[in-house]
Amino acid sequence: MTDQEKKTIREVYLSLPVSPEDLDSLKLGDAVYLNGLVFTGREGVYSRIFEKNIEPPIDIRELGGATFHCSPAISETSPGVYNVPSVTATASFRFAKYMPEFLKRYGIRIVIGKGGMALDIYKQAFRPNGTIYLTTVGYGLGAIYGRGILGVKDVIWKEELGFAQAMWILEVENFGPFLVECDAQGESLFEKANAEINTKFLKLYEGLPQLALKRLGEVCNPDTEVF
Amino acid sequence: MIKSETILKTARELNIKAAIEGPKDVRQKVANMEKEETHHLSKYVLGKILENYDAAIKDRRPMCADTGLPRYYAKVGNHASIEGGMVTLEKLLRQATAETTASIPLRPNRVHPFSRKDYNNNVGIHAPTVDYSFEPDADWLDITVVHKGGLFGGDYRMLFPADGIPGLKRFYLDSLAEYFRRGMSCQPAVIGVGVGGTKDVCVRLSKEAACLRVVGDRNPDPEIAKLEEELIELGNQSGFGPMGFPGNSAVLDVHIEVAYAHTGGMPVGIQHFCYAQRRMSARISSNDKVEYREDPMWFTPYYRRDTIE
Ligand code: SF4
Repeated sequence: MTDQEKKTIREVYLSLPVSPEDLDSLKLGDAVYLNGLVFTGREGVYSRIFEKNIEPPIDIRELGGATFHCSPAISETSPGVYNVPSVTATASFRFAKYMPEFLKRYGIRIVIGKGGMALDIYKQAFRPNGTIYLTTVGYGLGAIYGRGILGVKDVIWKEELGFAQAMWILEVENFGPFLVECDAQGESLFEKANAEINTKFLKLYEGLPQLALKRLGEVCNPDTEVF
Repeated sequence: MIKSETILKTARELNIKAAIEGPKDVRQKVANMEKEETHHLSKYVLGKILENYDAAIKDRRPMCADTGLPRYYAKVGNHASIEGGMVTLEKLLRQATAETTASIPLRPNRVHPFSRKDYNNNVGIHAPTVDYSFEPDADWLDITVVHKGGLFGGDYRMLFPADGIPGLKRFYLDSLAEYFRRGMSCQPAVIGVGVGGTKDVCVRLSKEAACLRVVGDRNPDPEIAKLEEELIELGNQSGFGPMGFPGNSAVLDVHIEVAYAHTGGMPVGIQHFCYAQRRMSARISSNDKVEYREDPMWFTPYYRRDTIE
């Protein structure tokens, strides 16, 4: 067994809002659990803020700087009372274009989501702003993450965007695990994984023919990402 | 006569069982992979996936909050008689989706593609989808519920006889390269491959192959079974583990289904079905008895027939 294979995962518990020292201490691949408030946002929220120029009706800078690309499985058991048994992230790369302004304007320190973003966004927007990216695990650990949610503190734009797209402000306790994908230096765990896998993966193509009919835009090699 | 009340109750129960428990064949395969995985990150993720299955069952929560796109597969015995007929059956299935979306709860995922209007109940135009097949000499109704994630891991290509199996392998590897990086397919996944027919048929077959066969099941055609095994091996040698971390555990199984194709073509559809493999089946007999089971038994010899009868 190599050293790499013997490594175990370090678990870290953080209270929100986090300090810069908290974030500096995190290493790629650490498993983080969060305590405090986390607010959600995806297509609907970003398009209202950035395309329709509508500010949220509450000051989201006050929420502690941790945002989550997701929508929970949620039901309204009676008016204003919600049940959140399960929550799963949605793929973050789609929201990369909003990140530079979003992180800066709202003082975001932690972005949680599925699968991370491209390295240049980390270097250009995350690192200068002192922001890290945490990826959910799996990614469908809905039940485990559901256990970490104490309740819904507030919900913004529920009527306008529907349950799946609304901004949910969640109270969380030992909410995790999330793996450090982008650390305070703007390095990426997934980039390193890709680099390690590519050598082995490309060998499997040896001897396989190019296909007869090409597809327009088919210009990348199998060692590049498609987003 | 199969009573409408029984259909509604069964469809509700199937949605609940699928969303929370999922089938044991998948859970067991993930457990085996976890034991054998040596890379620390991949092993950690597999361990958490197993914990999550247990948490969902213990707390009665959905295993994944992304409901995917809930749908049904109904296999109708040739002599089955359904109270109210097929239109009633469809209404009951739609009703069960709406009711369990609120009661489990499931995330209301289904929106109008342009206006993005959401009725918050996973019902809408062509939602939930109901697919049908028929079975001779039977008077029962089989219902299978599938909740499959909907965004990544599906692809289609027109290949040609000259591309052959090596071409198919290249396309398969391309689909891993596209969707296993960062774990976009939420692997370990079952990979369904549909070959032949028309574009829509091979895509439909790839979806059915991914969603409606149990892990470990081989195609009865020995040549196809051999190719299934080769593709499993290729996938698990790819270097990808769960979440796209280095590892050897990304492919739970490969299921291939074929349809007779145009003499000049070999269209191929590929579907990845994540480890949150929410499927569950039941048979309702003509005397209203309900038997739940985990094997959809969708691909019967009759369904795969190549003769007139
Ligand atoms: S692909 Fe499967 S496990 Fe992943 S988020 Fe979607 S439904 Fe959940």
